[in-house]
Amino acid sequence: MSGTFLGMPPFPQAAGIATGDAQLRHNLRKATHTIRGRRASVVGELDDWAELRAAGKAIKDRTLRHLDVYLERLEETVTAAGGHVHWAADAAEANAIVTRLVKATGETEVVKVKSMATQEIELNEALAEAGITAYETDLAELIVQLGEDRPSHILVPAIHRNRAEIREIFDRTMSDWGVPAPEDLSDDPRALAEAARVHLREKFLTTRVAVSGANFAVADTGTLVVLESEGNGRMCLTLPETLISVVGIEKLVPTWQDLEVFMQLLPRSSTGERMNPYTSTWTGVTPGDGPREFHLVLLDNGRTDVLADEVGRQSLRCIRCSACLNICPVYERAGGHAYGSVYPGPIGAILTPQLRGTSSELDASLPYASSLCGACYEVCPVAIDIPEVLVHLRGKVTQGKGHAAERAAMGAAGWVLGDEKRLGLAQRAAGRARNLVPRRLPGPGAAWTDTRDIPDIPAESFRDWWAGHEKEKKKGGGR
Amino acid sequence: MSGSRERVLARVRAALADVPRAEEPEDVAVPRGYARAHTPVELVELLVDRLEDYKALTRRVSEADLPEEIAAALARRSVGRVVVPTDLPGEWTSRVDAAVLTDEALDIAALDAADGVLTGCAVVAAETGTIVLDAGPAQGRRALTLVPDYHLCVVRVDQIVPDVPDAVSRLDPSRPLTWISGPSATSDIELDRVEGVHGPRTLEVLIVE
Repeated sequence: MSGTFLGMPPFPQAAGIATGDAQLRHNLRKATHTIRGRRASVVGELDDWAELRAAGKAIKDRTLRHLDVYLERLEETVTAAGGHVHWAADAAEANAIVTRLVKATGETEVVKVKSMATQEIELNEALAEAGITAYETDLAELIVQLGEDRPSHILVPAIHRNRAEIREIFDRTMSDWGVPAPEDLSDDPRALAEAARVHLREKFLTTRVAVSGANFAVADTGTLVVLESEGNGRMCLTLPETLISVVGIEKLVPTWQDLEVFMQLLPRSSTGERMNPYTSTWTGVTPGDGPREFHLVLLDNGRTDVLADEVGRQSLRCIRCSACLNICPVYERAGGHAYGSVYPGPIGAILTPQLRGTSSELDASLPYASSLCGACYEVCPVAIDIPEVLVHLRGKVTQGKGHAAERAAMGAAGWVLGDEKRLGLAQRAAGRARNLVPRRLPGPGAAWTDTRDIPDIPAESFRDWWAGHEKEKKKGGGR
Repeated sequence: MSGSRERVLARVRAALADVPRAEEPEDVAVPRGYARAHTPVELVELLVDRLEDYKALTRRVSEADLPEEIAAALARRSVGRVVVPTDLPGEWTSRVDAAVLTDEALDIAALDAADGVLTGCAVVAAETGTIVLDAGPAQGRRALTLVPDYHLCVVRVDQIVPDVPDAVSRLDPSRPLTWISGPSATSDIELDRVEGVHGPRTLEVLIVE
């Protein structure tokens, strides 16, 4: 099972492998271009998009700058509405809380609504160790789970799979998990969706515990909000007796009114729809309607480290729409797996190294997984300046122990560039030696040149050419 | 159960050391210069356009014809058993041929065995084609409109507002809400949109003018 990202190679290596996969590149190009177009069309419909974006940014900034106030308020309102609030400092603690809550019900199966937070903490694996089976119910998550695969996109985790591959996965694995795929299953998306409906129906109608995340948590009212498309979310949020929601502490918004902004920003940025088919909101428990018990697990797991960085803090405004993935030229070619995290693409390149730190080679390489073209910032519905954070994180990586060779090279460059005479001498020396320069640098520079071409060194530097040109001009009276 | 409550809150406060002590949340200005409404056309026309874009079925009907239209819609779908909330207006089902199952705590198996569900709604946002149910009059609990495969929903024109901001302001967050924008759908396979997955695969809306 390859369900975790541990031990992944750094981004350039993983991306190098991914870009060699023609099928993957075809799947990704088709998907990202389709959704890009859809987003542009529905965003273009609203002449106040810039104002909505400014409001979304400001609401999240207000929340983050006073997060302690809003967290305590949310705890109070959820509790008053009959819910139970738990706090988890890290993944292990969150997993332990959820496991304990499920065990207390006596059940050994849970149905799950697609949730980034529970993927981040690898809840399914933790539950499995405790003898509890978690069934993913979002179609794309189901494809990933059945295929023993990893998610490669925030919104469409199976974006790297085409219909023929999905048909094969369903045909081969559904019988191991429950209702098998029909014998004559075709690769028509309609038939595949129908197979998923039949496969999961019995689980929805009989499972008594559900685990979800949330898109928003309203501090003033204690209301949780989940946006979805298929109805699997409604099934999980409505039919079971116990509902456990694992929610990152950055998901808060202060007031109910604030949803009027995000309910316009998120669907249009995410699926490129005016509105997603279903949104459920619930406040605590309602007798006779839905779960009888509701638990909210508030998750830190590195978020307070992000909060502490005044430049990086804006990353916590993210509402997980995935517009930045869909627009990104690097993501389109490298795919999501190369980022080695459940958060791929531009937002992953800034979020993962902040949440996990940059001690691993992979995490230290992520701030470089970008051409800094700025398209991600343009489409971000909450105006996260991703290039600014990337550059900031590159600075932190080079200050740390990572990328020492690059730091040494830059130090040497500074010495040469800092003095006119030294620069002239160095350039002339390089010009004479240009035929001796290898395509691949030896020693610690090798990794650098593995992913970059050494530019051709001209026979003559511009400075020498200019000096000669000026001399010629004086001789010949100019042109 | 507090778990790491104090630890997380202490970390949050330490992380926000740069925020001036005197700053109140409201000191962070939120510019609300966005529009309350977007498309200046007649609301019913806009709503129909949006619903049809989602592949929902729509019909504009008169108050007097409503019972007949409901019966005809159910007949077109060959609905044999239709679930209704306990407080559905009696005249709505007065012409219906199908067996009417009133939700006196019907179990999930009974809901699953029904062919359709008939409800009203709370608020509708025309711009996004969004029907909101709040478990209020003529709507019942959330499971009713989820398990049966066909949802017939009656919308009165006075329930229609232009856009999302007005819908949000009319809603009570303490009630369990379901926002419905077309039938259930997925785009998870090659981003090809397929209508009809786990929720009702057909949504039909009768707009009463």
